[in-house]
Amino acid sequence: MALAATVNGAVRRIPVWAVYALGVLPPVWYFYLGLTGGLGVEPIKALEQKIGLLALQMLIAVLAVTPLMRLTRINLMKFRRALGVLTFYYVTCHLLAWLVLDIQDPARIWADILKRPYITVGMAGFALLLPLAITSNNLSLRKLGPLRWRRLHKLTYVAALLGAVHYVMLAKGLQLEPLIYLAIITGLLALRLPMMRRARTA
Amino acid sequence: MAGRFKSTLRWSQVTPEAQYLDRRQLMGGAGALALSAAILPRGAAAASRYSTDAEPNSYEDITSYNNFYEFGTGKGDPEDHAGQLTTEPWSVKIDGLVDRPGTYGFDDIMAKMTVEERIYRLRCVEAWSMVVPWMGFELADLLDIVGVKPSARFISFETLVRPEEMPGQKYPVLDWPYREGLRLDEARHPLTILATGLYGKPMPNQNGAPLRLVVPWKYGFKSIKSIVRITATDSQPQSTWNMQAPREYGFYSNVNPEVDHPRWSQATERRVGGGLFSRRQDTLMFNGYGDEVASLYAGMDLQKNF
Repeated sequence: MALAATVNGAVRRIPVWAVYALGVLPPVWYFYLGLTGGLGVEPIKALEQKIGLLALQMLIAVLAVTPLMRLTRINLMKFRRALGVLTFYYVTCHLLAWLVLDIQDPARIWADILKRPYITVGMAGFALLLPLAITSNNLSLRKLGPLRWRRLHKLTYVAALLGAVHYVMLAKGLQLEPLIYLAIITGLLALRLPMMRRARTA
Repeated sequence: MAGRFKSTLRWSQVTPEAQYLDRRQLMGGAGALALSAAILPRGAAAASRYSTDAEPNSYEDITSYNNFYEFGTGKGDPEDHAGQLTTEPWSVKIDGLVDRPGTYGFDDIMAKMTVEERIYRLRCVEAWSMVVPWMGFELADLLDIVGVKPSARFISFETLVRPEEMPGQKYPVLDWPYREGLRLDEARHPLTILATGLYGKPMPNQNGAPLRLVVPWKYGFKSIKSIVRITATDSQPQSTWNMQAPREYGFYSNVNPEVDHPRWSQATERRVGGGLFSRRQDTLMFNGYGDEVASLYAGMDLQKNF
């Protein structure tokens, strides 16, 4: 495919550090906007929501890398670790905005984690991402061995689902956007089911 | 009757108009200048006294951060989309158990009412709050004009349905029309007003023009906006959020720091407009209006009747 070849050629010329460098910026930018009135009159909620959405979007990007290669031969594998680490960075910023700016009170934070199902689900997603972030380096990959490392990193699938469900659960009324995120993430996970893979190669 | 209720909030706690009018407006209209000059001395005198804990809300706060799902679910959607709403002419159908049912024109209602200012705290069920200088009249005064029959026990309200001007109504986010209801004694309470303006101006569309309910001791969603129908009934009416999620939103929905929303605590709230490092403050029972309204619920289990 000509398109894939062109894209892959361009990808080869983009260094991974550039993805990290760009990816770090959005939460910082939103924080700056929040400080200067650019996020409206209730910037804490706006910051929390915007960074949360970033995290879900980056998760979708991570999950899209493999299907994209299978379906279109566009190969972004070189960036996948960076996208994964950035996802964790966004989720962490989202969590910090909630802990530090929104809830503020440590006792209430713990109570909320235990008592509020959507927060329990969100925290579980964060907890699952933690070992993945820690092992997102070549040393861990060598130490664990590729098989165990890959098995561990399949936790991404569970975390992605938890993230989408977390978003659906906190919506008031029947809102479309969270359901669209859930549908995309579910779809990207479904493409990984053995039967879907067989159907395509057959 | 106007003047029955005395608010503990004062004009001195309201942001001076000059602070929310932008420079262009100030320079552009001599009328605006004159108006702001009239209010400024009172406002400016005490603004600093309260600037630490109870920061009053600016016109911008009140008109840019709204829940009005008829225009979209985002807080900025009402400001972005409500401009297209036609509010003239406007009429309210008043029916049910009343002596003089009919369709009442907005101007005809206003001609009979005495509008006064009510500076109320507003506590949203989402745990944010504001202080709003409403203009309006007591609902009881309107009910007296139409004559509520002795058999009536509740008053229900409906918002306009007009998807061509209310883009949020093109989706079933909620079961339109938006509906709310009060017990008759709540509806007749002097704190309960139909608001027709704020900051001395006609009601902005995003805040529920031209006529909206304000019940300051209940969560904000009870204060239904852009009302086109008021009905007196003998049974408890349906209310939109209660229909949507009965476990989360009760019919009464009195502000109560001890009864949590299933998804978040109601013990504290954040006053809108405090910026990125705004601190939470304790939520007060009945939003601080307990002295006036607690007796309405004497003997009731407020954990059950949330």
